[in-house]
Amino acid sequence: MSLEIKNLNVNIGEKQILRDFSLEVPAGQVHAIMGPNGTGKSTLAKALAGHEDYEISGGEALLDGENVVGMEPDEIARLGLFVAFQYPVEIPGVTIANFIRAALQARLPEGEKIVATDYYKTLRAYMDELKIDRAFSARNVNEGFSGGEKKRCEILQMKMLDPKYVIMDETDSGLDIDALKIVAEGVNNMRSPDRGFLVITHYQRLLDYIVPDVVHIMWDGRIVKTGDKNLALEMEEKGYDWVKEELATAGA
Amino acid sequence: MSVATTTSDTEKFSEENFRHHLDAFWLNVPWVQELKQQNWKTYQELPLPTRSDERYRFSDLRKLKLDGYRPAQEPTEAQKADAIARSNLVGEPAGKVVFGDNFLLEFEGLSEELKAKGVIWMPLQQAAIEHPELVQKYFLEEENQLGSEKLLALHNAFFHGGSFLYVPKGVEIEQPIAAYYWSIECGEAIFPHTLLVVEDNAKVDFVDYYGSLDTGCCSTLSCGVGTIYAGQGAQVFRKIVQNFNEEALSFQLEANIADRDSQVKTIAVNLGSKYARLQNHTRIVGPGADVKMYGLTVSKDEQEFDQRTLQIHEAPHAVSDLLFKNALLDSSRTIFSGLIKVAKDAQQTDAYQTNRNLLLSKTAEANSLPGLEIEANDVKCSHGATTGQVDESELFYLMARGIPRQTAYQLLVFGFFEEIVEKISNEELRENVRKLVQAKFGNEM
Ligand SMILES: Nc1ncnc2c1ncn2[C@@H]1O[C@H](COP(=O)(O)OP(=O)(O)OP(=O)(O)O)[C@@H](O)[C@H]1O
Ligand SMILES: [Mg+2]
Repeated sequence: MSLEIKNLNVNIGEKQILRDFSLEVPAGQVHAIMGPNGTGKSTLAKALAGHEDYEISGGEALLDGENVVGMEPDEIARLGLFVAFQYPVEIPGVTIANFIRAALQARLPEGEKIVATDYYKTLRAYMDELKIDRAFSARNVNEGFSGGEKKRCEILQMKMLDPKYVIMDETDSGLDIDALKIVAEGVNNMRSPDRGFLVITHYQRLLDYIVPDVVHIMWDGRIVKTGDKNLALEMEEKGYDWVKEELATAGA
Repeated sequence: MSVATTTSDTEKFSEENFRHHLDAFWLNVPWVQELKQQNWKTYQELPLPTRSDERYRFSDLRKLKLDGYRPAQEPTEAQKADAIARSNLVGEPAGKVVFGDNFLLEFEGLSEELKAKGVIWMPLQQAAIEHPELVQKYFLEEENQLGSEKLLALHNAFFHGGSFLYVPKGVEIEQPIAAYYWSIECGEAIFPHTLLVVEDNAKVDFVDYYGSLDTGCCSTLSCGVGTIYAGQGAQVFRKIVQNFNEEALSFQLEANIADRDSQVKTIAVNLGSKYARLQNHTRIVGPGADVKMYGLTVSKDEQEFDQRTLQIHEAPHAVSDLLFKNALLDSSRTIFSGLIKVAKDAQQTDAYQTNRNLLLSKTAEANSLPGLEIEANDVKCSHGATTGQVDESELFYLMARGIPRQTAYQLLVFGFFEEIVEKISNEELRENVRKLVQAKFGNEM
């Protein structure tokens, strides 16, 4: 069981962003990706989620063996992939409660309906756990939320939808230290042998709270270095120039 | 009881029908008779709107034909019962009145408590007889500059339904009052009328529903008038839900007069008719007034919604804010033409006007004609119109959570209207409006 990405090539318009990108996150593990701005981390997340602007010109993305390349975003999500976005979108006129409910409803077989009381009970419990004011459930999705509130709301959705594989795209950016701990705890509670996480971040700090099994360094559209959690520490210390130099020597 | 009010061999608005109307409904009310005579004359003299009339720019005048419609006759007992049974949009109204083809079918007056405080609410016909001075003072006093003079004259000549509300100083009515107007017989015309006189610091919430008993292809004409007089510090909330069938021809002529520090809020939900024209003529006459005007329209098939508004600021320090949202399906059309006028002395005016159109079909057409005429120099005014499709990034976000495209699309379209729907305070009405809007989409999306 794993999320396996094999030789993925992704273009935006004429520009190639991901180049033969390969990575495997087995269920039960947490992998982290670090890499400079513009290297294609969010592109990876959105391409895997099925965003139509990201053209996949080659390669595979296997969710427990099933290739999701070419599928509609909703199909991929229902198969069990969840992306916590770097920039969550504001949806005017749609409340958090109705939104998550519609997402859960979409996972039920034809003719079955969400039981409202159970639903609200679960929703409230997770909101309490993530220290999100219950009144937020009646607010429009992300509309007027602070950066940190948006990120917490992504994690709330993740918990409600109970996915098999999670990609978190800079969920830590914009969180204060208390919020970071809350979110990390929320994620840690979900770690299980059946679930895999791919955590994109710029900061080693997050990885103190969500301790990764594997750390990857991404550069120019592909993984260039892989190691254990100490790699993140090393990265933070030496900066990306170090990777650049290593690459140059390797290439020479 | 069934009284024939038109002779069966005549259709249309004829002299004979008009005489008949006066005798049948206004025999002992000379002042109304006189007013009707004048209007009947005006109606005959005035031409129908023409292409060259700027106030009908973009309107499809072919849809605007009055031939073939005649004043309505009394409905059958079965129709009456049906209309009464379907008049249930509002939870626990303070009062309720139901008209079918202009005839009063049901009247549940206000509480004794409110009556004791001097509140008057009754069918207009009865008010014209029992409170002639009060009614005369306000009735049809507001001029209408938005281009339906002929239709207004027709309304005045032939109305006999409608209701009159008078709320004395300081009296607050919390629950909404609801009036239902049903169009029943094919080819017949109804003339809904709502006159709200709300004195200083009084408060009222009033809902008009316009519907067709026949949801099929029966064409009827409706020409309605609604007027609000909001006294100093008065709070008036008026909602109209226009849900005729898709063959109807509908004109709704609204006027609001807002005095010092009053708060006037109007919401027009426009769903029905083949051609529906909504005119809203708002005049701010006292400083500090705050007027909000909202519109929500779903147009589909070949429907045309023609919306003309005027926000006139005659007094300083007042606010008017208009937001009209239209969602268009199929080959339908909408026209929004709005003008903000600020008089020279109306300094420190805040006046806004926004028209948002959501195009859900390539063949739909949304027209926008916003305008400003400002004579004062210290004002904040803005107008804007946007026309666009469902936002792709919003759609992706919803789908990325597993929501199928069609459901996601619907959520976004209904979300587009929530900004307006959420303003409706009565929970049952709010939920019913949501249902009506959703029903309009049926299996379209
Ligand atoms: N919709 C788009 N249109 C054009 N170019 C895009 C688009 N989205 C991303 N890009 C470009 O693709 C490259 C990779 O962007 P991406 O957002 O994946 O980077 P990232 O690694 O997530 O960076 P950051 O650390 O800043 O979040 C960048 O050069 C970016 O400008
Ligand atoms: Mg990014």
